[in-house]
Amino acid sequence: MVEIIIIATLVTGGVYALLAIGFSLIFGNARVINMAHTGFFMLAAYGLWYFMRQLGLGTIPSIAIVAPAVTLLGILAYRLLIHPIREHLAAVLLMTIALAMAFQEAMRGAFSSLYWAIPALIPGFTDILGVRVLNQYLLTLGIVAVVIIIVQLILAKTKLGIALRAVANDSEIASLMGISVPRTLMITMGIATALVAIAAIAVAPLWTIHPAMWSKPLVTVLVIVVLGGLGSIKGSIIGAFIIALVENVVAFLAPSFPYLQVVFSILAMVIVLVVRPGGLFGVVFEEERL
Amino acid sequence: MLRRLFKDFRFGVLPVPGRLIAIIFFVALFIFPLIDDSSYSLYVITTSTLLVIFAASWDLLSGYSGQLNFGHALFFGVAAYSSALLYKYLGWQPWVTIPLGTLIATGIGVLTAFPALRLRGPYLALLTMSFPLMLQGLAMSFKKVTGGEFGISGLRPLADTDIGIYYICLIAMTVSVLIMWKLTDAGSKYVRTGLLFHAIREDEIAARASGINTIRYKILAFAIGGFFAGLAGALSAHILGTVSISSLSMTLSFRAIIYVIFGGIVSIYGAVIGVYTLDTLLQFLGAGGSNFIGKNQILIMAIIVILVLLFMPEGVGVWIRNKIERECPRCKLTNGAWRRECRACGAPLH
Repeated sequence: MVEIIIIATLVTGGVYALLAIGFSLIFGNARVINMAHTGFFMLAAYGLWYFMRQLGLGTIPSIAIVAPAVTLLGILAYRLLIHPIREHLAAVLLMTIALAMAFQEAMRGAFSSLYWAIPALIPGFTDILGVRVLNQYLLTLGIVAVVIIIVQLILAKTKLGIALRAVANDSEIASLMGISVPRTLMITMGIATALVAIAAIAVAPLWTIHPAMWSKPLVTVLVIVVLGGLGSIKGSIIGAFIIALVENVVAFLAPSFPYLQVVFSILAMVIVLVVRPGGLFGVVFEEERL
Repeated sequence: MLRRLFKDFRFGVLPVPGRLIAIIFFVALFIFPLIDDSSYSLYVITTSTLLVIFAASWDLLSGYSGQLNFGHALFFGVAAYSSALLYKYLGWQPWVTIPLGTLIATGIGVLTAFPALRLRGPYLALLTMSFPLMLQGLAMSFKKVTGGEFGISGLRPLADTDIGIYYICLIAMTVSVLIMWKLTDAGSKYVRTGLLFHAIREDEIAARASGINTIRYKILAFAIGGFFAGLAGALSAHILGTVSISSLSMTLSFRAIIYVIFGGIVSIYGAVIGVYTLDTLLQFLGAGGSNFIGKNQILIMAIIVILVLLFMPEGVGVWIRNKIERECPRCKLTNGAWRRECRACGAPLH
């Protein structure tokens, strides 16, 4: 019983972490709450489905087309729509929500509101401690680990990563040091959308594809990053596993009330916020402090 | 008394195009049923009057006092559900359940204020956004009481005819908009809240340093916002006859924000403009989903919002107002934009 909960937590936590890292990255650097984050996820999932199922391309070519396309779209959306109004928190939130709604309606117009699915990249399942785990979930966990390592290496070792961290710390001083802040933020947005496209490759086979598929993971991602502390990658990874644990425990104790999972995960976030207003590992700036 | 009213109208309203348009618009709403009393158009306008109350109360809370609330549907849904439950299980009449539902929403507003006092900016926005989702989860979990995704139906309507309901909502909307406009009027001699909300939004530390009890006024802002949003919710329960899970949805919270930002944030009239353009006008143009506009209403709304945010960041209402009105630099009186000099002190307007 305990091993079921632990394995289920690891598996769903990996999925959530993959979605939350990109969101956390763009918030930490640009201070942009990107509500269209899972909207890009939905676009990537639809793209994969379209190329694999409608046009009959193989898995690798579809990924090779979809991931750069979605990344480019994210960079363009940032440059044209979000960057001009970056200073206003409410305006950015609203802009990204409008963007997500526009994506949803565009997908509904193009492919109707039916439910679709794409095949798993690695079919079958594995027995771990007597629990059957789909191989796709294991692949997700592997991708999460690789992504975390790559992101940390980029942030810690490369020149670009140093620029990113400098901008996140203090964008004015960074621009005095000769770092182009708008370009750095654009690259951040590109990395965040690329991460979400990778997440779609790993997660889309596990979920059904439909125009409203962005709103439920969006809530989970928001809960995770707020709980872990906005802008902290470590916080969002740990938050993802905490929320996954809460959801799985609730699902195990009250299997006939599936909606209680949301209630208890939000409750966990509220408790963390009341005790620590900056989340678990939040990066709080001086001017944002109360 | 009549002469004074006439004098106010002659010198306070006629020379100011914005006020004149507002009065013409409200008179037009009041005589609308004489022109067109088909139940579809009455229904569209009735629901949008409720949205006006709802959106204006968001503007009061988040626009004026700066407490970004992204879960305003909480108050709407709590009031709607509580008046519906009171009617269904205790059999109380609408004229009892609507005030009670509104009061419960006010209480919820005060309760929300307490965690909100510790947070600001993005954390506050995301925390408030999660509250209605939590209640939505609870409502879906206890289907026996709340009816799950179908909600509670069969509530008694407020009046027997469509026109009666129309006028009740219109009067409620007019009165609440007037009250909220007065409460947020920074130049008022009698009510201080408008000025204090502005002070708290602009610089909370400076406001506290000048001796304003910011905590009390933030709680007050949440209470007022909860009260009016609750009024809209409780009325909607007895006007639509049903309460469903969508009254707690994220979409409803975002709709209030979209209307207000479209019309112009930190101006109560912005909410009115936003709702009547984006909701009523689009619904009439869409003709119940039979033509292109009706089928793609959300897409059109989203594109309009994106364009407005990019090109008129302070909102359409404020943009129009700046085109047709000009403030006198010497005596701060509002003039029509066509005037060369101020109508009171004769100072040149540039």
